[in-house]
Amino acid sequence: MHSIAEIWVYLEEQPLLWLTVTVGIFWLCQQIYRMAGEFPLLNPVLVSVIAIVILLLATGTPYDEYFDGAQFISFLLGPATVALAVPLAAEAATLKRLWLPITIALSVGSLTAILSALAIGAALGLHGEMLVSMLPKSVTTPIAMGISDQIGGSPSLTAVFVILTGIVGAAIGIPLLKALGLRDPVAKGFALGVGSHGIGTARAFEHSDRAGAFSGLAMGLNGALTAILIPIVVWLFGL
Amino acid sequence: MIASIAALLVLQLIGTIIIRFTGLPFPGPVVGMLLLFAYLLWRGATPTAFEATTRALLRNLALLFVPAGVGVVTYLKAVADQWVALSITLIASAVIAIVVTGFVLHLLMPRAARSRG
Repeated sequence: MHSIAEIWVYLEEQPLLWLTVTVGIFWLCQQIYRMAGEFPLLNPVLVSVIAIVILLLATGTPYDEYFDGAQFISFLLGPATVALAVPLAAEAATLKRLWLPITIALSVGSLTAILSALAIGAALGLHGEMLVSMLPKSVTTPIAMGISDQIGGSPSLTAVFVILTGIVGAAIGIPLLKALGLRDPVAKGFALGVGSHGIGTARAFEHSDRAGAFSGLAMGLNGALTAILIPIVVWLFGL
Repeated sequence: MIASIAALLVLQLIGTIIIRFTGLPFPGPVVGMLLLFAYLLWRGATPTAFEATTRALLRNLALLFVPAGVGVVTYLKAVADQWVALSITLIASAVIAIVVTGFVLHLLMPRAARSRG
């Protein structure tokens, strides 16, 4: 007869434990979110991250050990990124018709994301490494970390800001735009992709394939444009 | 389904190899996506089975970000001192960027292209 402690020690060494916990908690959070009528603050990514963080702190589990199991989920981000081409190809006709509005919205949105973070952050007393690390927070993690490194920020701090921005956008983006009277799925999806990258795109796909397609497009384009704009902004403001 | 997953992995692999040898500042999967996009436009239609698999994957995209999100735990101490200023900046900037982008695109769209999805 094994004691509970022995079983726990055994399980803790298995990647299966944290993999199962992640999928299970996310599933649970999704059910709660749906039952609550998709209330923004109950966003499943937000709530499951908080729940797992509490669980890790409570059990004294280091993040590396958690990630040994959870990495199997993260790995799927690669194939999922490739898969974004499918809904986008289905929207080729719309894309062709809207290329000019899209280009302008991308440019204005990209610059707004960078400059609003700079202005508000500086006004609230953020400076130095903290402030520059925040500038690329609206683009997907690998690109944002590269930009941060290049402008003297801390790539790991940037990764945190990127994730938090994504969660904020995913939680309140769609209900906010809807409240302001914007109903078009193309505009909603595109805005989510520019403002909150992949996590926003994930939320857009829950809305519709159409919103998801344009969100994925916006995420890719904004990643490329932000990589060009931020060094210029940093140089202009002497950061 | 297996064929679709294999195709996605092969495209990601090709993308990663291209990045490795050209040193372009993009993630490998993004190159894989561009290749797939070009192929689907050339082919004209997406095979049904492939569409079903990719749709299932993309509908559950949110789950895939949870492990990275939990990574924030590693930096709780680094951001603890300035958490109020950081939170306000992140939330306000995300909201402003989303609202501005959404409305710029909406206003520039030809009226006929708008829908009430």
